[in-house]
This record gives sequence, C-alpha cells and structure tokens, in this order.
Amino acid sequence: MSTLTLAVRDSSTMLRRNLLHARRYPSATLNLLLTPVMMLLLFVYVFGDAMSAGLGGSGADRSDYVAYIVPGILLMTVGSTTFGAAVYMAMDMTEGVIARFRTMSIHRSSVLIGHVVGSVLQSVMSVVLVGAVGVAIGFCSTDAGVLEWLAALGLVTLFSLALTWTAVGMGLSSPNAEAASNSAMPLILLPLISSAFIPAETMPGWLQPIAEYQPFTPAIETLRGLLLGSEIGHNGWLAVTWCLGLTVLGYLWSKALFNRDPM
Amino acid sequence: MPSPVMPTSIGDGRRPCSPAISAVGLRKAYGDKTVLDGIDLCIPEGSVFALLGPNGAGKTTIVKILSTLIGADGGQAEVAGHNIATEPDGVRAAIGVTGQFSAVDGLITGEENMRLMADLNHLSKRKGKQVVAELLERFDLVEAAGKPVQSYSGGMKRRLDIAMTLVGGPRIIFLDEPTTGLDPRSRHNMWQIIRELVSDGVTVFLTTQYLEEADELADRIAVLHDGTIAAEGSADELKRTIPGGHIRLRFTDPSAYHSAATALREVQRDDEALALQLPSGGSQRELRSVLDWLDAAGIEADGLTVHTPDLDDVFFALTRNDAATPAEEAAR
Repeated sequence: MSTLTLAVRDSSTMLRRNLLHARRYPSATLNLLLTPVMMLLLFVYVFGDAMSAGLGGSGADRSDYVAYIVPGILLMTVGSTTFGAAVYMAMDMTEGVIARFRTMSIHRSSVLIGHVVGSVLQSVMSVVLVGAVGVAIGFCSTDAGVLEWLAALGLVTLFSLALTWTAVGMGLSSPNAEAASNSAMPLILLPLISSAFIPAETMPGWLQPIAEYQPFTPAIETLRGLLLGSEIGHNGWLAVTWCLGLTVLGYLWSKALFNRDPM
Repeated sequence: MPSPVMPTSIGDGRRPCSPAISAVGLRKAYGDKTVLDGIDLCIPEGSVFALLGPNGAGKTTIVKILSTLIGADGGQAEVAGHNIATEPDGVRAAIGVTGQFSAVDGLITGEENMRLMADLNHLSKRKGKQVVAELLERFDLVEAAGKPVQSYSGGMKRRLDIAMTLVGGPRIIFLDEPTTGLDPRSRHNMWQIIRELVSDGVTVFLTTQYLEEADELADRIAVLHDGTIAAEGSADELKRTIPGGHIRLRFTDPSAYHSAATALREVQRDDEALALQLPSGGSQRELRSVLDWLDAAGIEADGLTVHTPDLDDVFFALTRNDAATPAEEAAR
C-alpha cells in the first residue's frame, strides 16, 4: 500500500472512531454551543438597543444589530467548538488505546488527522445550528448570492481547520484535560476582543491594533462582507493568511508533539 | 541444558540463536536516574520469556522500548529481524502489545474496538468481520460486545485487550503484567489464554511480579534487578542456583521453643513466630535423620513443614538489598 493510500485509509478509520465518540456523547458537542447562543440572545435582547447606537449610521436599531452580530457569533462558535477539540485531544492522549496505536504499523499522524477532520465537521455543523438560531431571531443575508454563500462556507471551514490544528497542538502540549482548558482559553477570549460585538474603531486606542489584527476580526469582517455586502478590503487576504499560517504551524507543532516519546 | 546459568548473555555459543527478540546493551535513563543499565536478551522464536522483577525495576520500560513506544538511550535491539530504531514499522507489523493499563477505548463498544483494530490492520471487510467474530467468541465477549467498554469488569477489559492485540495475527506478543489486579479465576483464565497462544507458535514476552506466574508459564525467566539482568535461565536452573531448602519447626509453647532453640545450634531462629529453621535438602533420608535427632533431644514441635527452594527464594536472594525507592517507583 502506498504511503498516501495508507494515510487516507488509517485517517478515515480514526475519523470513524472520533465520530463514534461524538455520536455517543452528543451532549459534549451541544454544551459547546451554549455559550455562543447565550451570547447571541444576551446581546440582541438585553443590550441590543444600546449596542445598536454604537454602529454608526443614525437610526440603527435592534434588527441592524442582529445583522451585525450574527457573523461574529458564527465564528465565535468555531472558537468554542475548537476549544472543545483541545480538551478532547488532551483527554484522549491519556487513554491507553493511544499507546496501542503508537505500536501499530499505521500512518503515524492518522490519530491527529482523525481528530482534526472530526472537529472541523463538528464545527461546521455547529455553525449551521447557531446560524439557524440567528435566522430564527431575524438575521437575513441581504447581499449573498450562491458564490458568496460558497465562499462563506469555505471561509468557515478554513477558519475551523486553522483553529483546530492550533487547538490540537494546545491539547497535545497539556498533560490533562484541565490544563488543556486553560491553554485553549484564547479560543474563547479572542472573539470577545474582536469586532464580533462592536466595531474595533470604537475600542480604546491601545486595544484597537490588537482587536483589528488578531485572527478573529479579519475573518469576521470577511464573513460580514460576504453575507451583508459590507466592505471587505484588506481583511480578505488577512483572514486567508491567518488561516493558512495557523494551519501549517498548528500541523507542524502538533506532529512534533505527538512524535515525542510518551512518558 | 547443562550448567546453571548466572548472568547469561547472547553469544555464549550454547544456543544457535535465531531469535524473535534480541538485545545488546540496552540503556535508558530518565533524567539522572538510570532505569536500564545494559540489558542483553536473546529470546528464541515460539518460546515464552518471563521478565521478573519488583516494582520499579524497569520491566515496563523494556517492553516500551522493544515495542517501539519509546527510544533507548543506548544499545541495540532487533525484534522479528527488524532493528527497533531504524525499522520501527517492520517491528510494529510483527508485534502485538498488551500494556499494563488496558489499551482499549472505553467510550465505544467492545465490538467497535475490535472493528477498529481490524481496519487498522488493513484486513478486508470480510476477513475483518470473520476475525472479530472468532475472537469475540474465543474470549467469551459475544454477550458484552454491544456494550460500552467502560462498563466492563477488569477481567473483561483485559480479555478484550488481548483479543484486540490478536486481530492482526502478531507473531510476537508483549504482555506487560497481564494478570496484575485480576481475581484468581480471571488470572487462571489468562494463563490458559497465554498457553493457547504459545501452542499456536507465537513468541510471548511476559513481564510479571508473580513468581508463580513465571514458573507456570515461562520457558525462560530473567530476573531484572537494578537495571540489569541478575540471572537468567529456566525455572529449575534458577532454583538450583541458590540454597534455601529447610525444615521449619513451629512451637506454641515459648519455653519449649527456647529449650529447643538452645538444644539445636545450627538453626535460624524466628522468635516472633516461635519457629526454627534447619537447613535440609528435603530428601526422605535427611528428614528421617532430623526426626530421629529431634526425638533423641526430646524436642516436640507443634508443626513441621518441609520447604524446598522456589522462585521466591531465588528472587529474594537476587534482589535482597532491594527496596524500591520512591524515585524508582516514579520512573516506571
């Protein structure tokens, strides 16, 4: 069997294992959706009127704020599910069966690839679910044609891939699930200091550059542009660069960590 | 085999060695704590080799190195004709490993675990199904196959663990303390399983802290002590290497004990248990002369037992100064 066939075959076996876990314990996945959905409802219904005042354009109201916040919440959902992926990876590494995989003649990285592909699928499904909640409370895409929808899906997938490889690295570098949930905290916190809830320009000056150039903001602005027709500008290539960079670095980091001798 | 063997090494010329497993000078240290300090092994195909040692002696480390889970710091080893450092995939294709802690996936069912192994061993769908069904049957897991492994008992997990190891039909199997923590019935089941494996011509590398287990199963036994192999040989050879046969007299009356202890000079006293030990090889003639002598001295013991050296004696003789320090314990 060629290396590639072996890699594909073993990785899909590992993916099946991950999906079995997810199917058997759906609550683990659904719990991760609670935060973004609560945030969405909280910001729209409790803060909505006040927040819409910050959107610029006079006469902006709650429905404008729904349109503004949903793209941000969708990518926050990606952060939240990949946070779960980091914890799950760390937990899985403490299982005896991982040692067994290491002594088998299989594609070495298949364990990781199974985790990543499983998590990206989960992530995209979660985005669809949270998106449905958004639509239910009044979000509608004003501008997107087929092409934009495809590009939006592509962006969400690529962003998930990038964050998942990073998360898997965080999981592998942690000795247990608790440590992983600490080191993966940025995946939850970064969306809070992005343009998800309020425009970056309205933040204090010292925070603006951080908010503007961290991975979430360019991705959120790009998604906003695709779905609502707002200006994308340099955010498009910034988002793609972040995604590709994190994917490559996360992959190399994870692979190196996994190939260390286990204790 | 002729002479009793105290530290044997490969290349002693007695065995034409076409070994399943061979090692020369394996070393491993964790930090400044040396766990293995030059291990030599030669294990012929189709035999059962038991590595015996107290907790923290480095048994698990040897298994981890030979099964390519971790690298050695020094020395060389070949498993199934493949160098563990340069051709780990060749080694992995030939071996099966059942570790000390069950290498099963607790979140999915027993059958799903087995199917996972079939796929990772690249069996065809039909062949995989057949092998999984056979093994579940053989290890009495058919009924439990649909339940999550988390709900299994210790013995069932261990059986599933071995069944998973066998899916790929390995020619060499590493069993790291396969019966630790099992109840007596499960332990005997496990022994039966190991014997069946051997009758199929599989080479078994077994680690255990139970001397009885090594005595029961192994063709050759090595005693691991302080990171080196203190002795190697068959159970009989090892027993012959040390003295230790004795007759034990037990008393209930302290005054009888004390008068006996003064009357018999060449004895080992155990004041707490009120017991005396006389050296003896355990033959009928020897026993009779001891009895006659006791009668003549007017000594009447409440209990008399004859003790021939067993692996326990060998083990204690070889590892006498050993008390595993916490550091050694942690290094496992």
